[in-house]
Amino acid sequence: MTPTTGTSARPLRVAIVGAGPTGFYAADHLLRNPEVVVEVDMFDRLPTPYGLVRLGVAPDHQKIKFVTNAFDKVAASLRFRFYGGVEFGKDVTLADLQAHYHQIVYCTGAQTDRRMGIPGEDLTGSHPATEFVAWYNGHPDYRDCAFDLSQESVAVVGVGNVAADVVRILCRTPEELAITDVADYALEALRKSRVREVYLLGRRGPAQAAFTNPEVRELGELADADITAIPQEVELDPLSRAAVERSQDRATLKKVEMLREYARRAPTGKSRRLVLRFLVSPVELISDGAGRVAAMRLVRNELYATSTGALQPRATDRFEELPVGLVFRSVGYRGVPLPGVPFNESWGVILNDKGRVLDPDTKQPIVGEYAAGWIKRGPTGVIGTNKPDAAETVECMFEDLARGAVLEPTRPEAAAAEALVRQRQPNYVSYTDWLKLNEIEVARGRAQGRPRVKLTSVEEMLAALGR
Amino acid sequence: MNIANILARKGSMAVTVQPEQSIREALALLERHNIGALVAVQGDRPVGILSERDIVREAARNESFFARTVGDLMTRDVITGQPPDDLLTVAYTMTERRIRHLPVVDQGRLVGMVSIGDVLKAQRDQYQGEVDTLQTQLLAGEGGQPR
Ligand SMILES: Cc1cc2nc3c(=O)[nH]c(=O)nc-3n(C[C@H](O)[C@H](O)[C@H](O)COP(=O)(O)OP(=O)(O)OC[C@H]3O[C@@H](n4cnc5c(N)ncnc54)[C@H](O)[C@@H]3O)c2cc1C
Ligand SMILES: NC(=O)c1ccc[n+]([C@@H]2O[C@H](COP(=O)([O-])OP(=O)(O)OC[C@H]3O[C@@H](n4cnc5c(N)ncnc54)[C@H](OP(=O)(O)O)[C@@H]3O)[C@@H](O)[C@H]2O)c1
Repeated sequence: MTPTTGTSARPLRVAIVGAGPTGFYAADHLLRNPEVVVEVDMFDRLPTPYGLVRLGVAPDHQKIKFVTNAFDKVAASLRFRFYGGVEFGKDVTLADLQAHYHQIVYCTGAQTDRRMGIPGEDLTGSHPATEFVAWYNGHPDYRDCAFDLSQESVAVVGVGNVAADVVRILCRTPEELAITDVADYALEALRKSRVREVYLLGRRGPAQAAFTNPEVRELGELADADITAIPQEVELDPLSRAAVERSQDRATLKKVEMLREYARRAPTGKSRRLVLRFLVSPVELISDGAGRVAAMRLVRNELYATSTGALQPRATDRFEELPVGLVFRSVGYRGVPLPGVPFNESWGVILNDKGRVLDPDTKQPIVGEYAAGWIKRGPTGVIGTNKPDAAETVECMFEDLARGAVLEPTRPEAAAAEALVRQRQPNYVSYTDWLKLNEIEVARGRAQGRPRVKLTSVEEMLAALGR
Repeated sequence: MNIANILARKGSMAVTVQPEQSIREALALLERHNIGALVAVQGDRPVGILSERDIVREAARNESFFARTVGDLMTRDVITGQPPDDLLTVAYTMTERRIRHLPVVDQGRLVGMVSIGDVLKAQRDQYQGEVDTLQTQLLAGEGGQPR
């Protein structure tokens, strides 16, 4: 008789695809269960773990990166393995994982951007914020991107926290950046930046802006950029005022107060100017005649209440033109489908119910496949929000195990999985390898008074490991 | 966070009925799907909502409630949500107006349903995550280097 799955004689073997925060929270929850013996193998297409904590979180926000200490503790478990540089759908397939694991969890995040859907969006000089963010953070796939920082005027569309990151990086001085772990090549490019005016464009009013208060405060404390806003645009319209008064939401009240203070500030002669705009939507990017962005056409919006009372923007017939040579759209991320895994096009996520992947035809759960984090609920929430999200998925996994609804892998041994990976991707990076790379980066940083100097290409990383 | 983020992790669409269907059929649907409310539709446009409460109310005073139609008992004045509606506002409206189930429409078409439980859970998870993340930042520096 075969022993029960989930015992030390026959551990529950789980493949986690994606080594971002969600992958680690899921691993932690799996490994903590006192009743089930679980072994976790974590795959990431990149040699380095931590997902957006390494490659999204802004370089001038080092404190938040300490969350990785908790991830390292998870990785220290003897029942945890990391296979870095191994891509699902390319180096290993669904069929491979089904042959080696009882359960598979996709924690692949949101790998691309949403579009604005306006004419001129693809002109030269118009970029998704996702690319700029990945570039300044040293993402190996984006290190060769180029942004024309010789332009004096830049527009950033969207007023979320990512947009706030992007404008901060554009407005910071080389001295401010030089003490961060911003990628070396990006530091050089930003040193030469001629950007003078940065516009941050919100389609709704100040009370609906997605960025959070600490980020708003930081924008007002930049060393060499004056912040300003247009007084009429930061005054609350009657609908917003009623909503704020009704909810008495402290955070929103504080946010609006800060933004109104920015509108009252007089310029202090700093070399850059950051202009916050509200109630405007880009409707077209205008070409200079040679395929480059020369200006942006904006429409003024007004707000209306939907039947739940939420306030949404509606275009008026008033337009204006903003001369800008560089545009970043920061209107949200979007998940990409994985080969062989059902996708929900409406929301850009893996088709799931509380984390159980569903068959698109029957809408019933597919045995052994799960999703968590941004690829499950969409690209919102801070790092910690993925913890309860991953816990919900893992609870479903344990429930299904208890019902016997798990895959029946032909090779459920850790050694068999390792042999497979070794054959497909001989240059995979283990957690021990990563810890070595980490030490190298930190040592390089120490020499320059920086938290680390990142290795930004896979070749560099492998060379550093002596391969 | 908005309604779309809740619908993203709810595989099932709203369970629907036609106003002409009988209460007997509606009960069977509620039982089969283990849910508390059905959306009455014409085509893919919601025209009413039928909750278990609507049925209980009728059953308490009418022995032959089984034979009535969904259209007879449903609430016609349905408040609907839209995918980008933010959860703070939605939670406020649902609690103030005592709505337990909110059909969600996109350009007039039914795309799903969220319950007050879904909304409160999403909010709780969001706050819990924010607190957790803030704690990490506050404790930063107590050992080790950030990555
Ligand atoms: C620019 C930016 C800045 C942010 N800043 C903050 C902040 O300061 N504070 C905060 O709390 N939150 C911040 N967030 C939010 C936070 O980063 C996310 O909530 C979190 O990273 C989502 O976690 P995840 O694990 O679901 O996805 P991710 O972090 O994106 O991780 C997904 C992982 O999956 C891997 N992967 C993808 N496809 C495959 C494949 N086919 N095979 C193998 N591996 C694959 C990727 O390489 C990646 O490592 C920020 C987000 C962004 C975009
Ligand atoms: N420091 C931090 O803690 C930090 C840093 C970065 C990211 N994050 C988190 O990561 C998540 C993702 O951040 P994000 O900034 O990408 O997303 P976000 O918070 O959802 O913000 C997206 C912004 O884009 C706007 N937008 C969307 N479509 C638009 C359109 N067609 N035209 C104009 N504007 C449009 C949105 O406006 P509407 O509101 O009107 O839709 C919103 O202002 C968030 O939860 C965020 O808090 C946190």
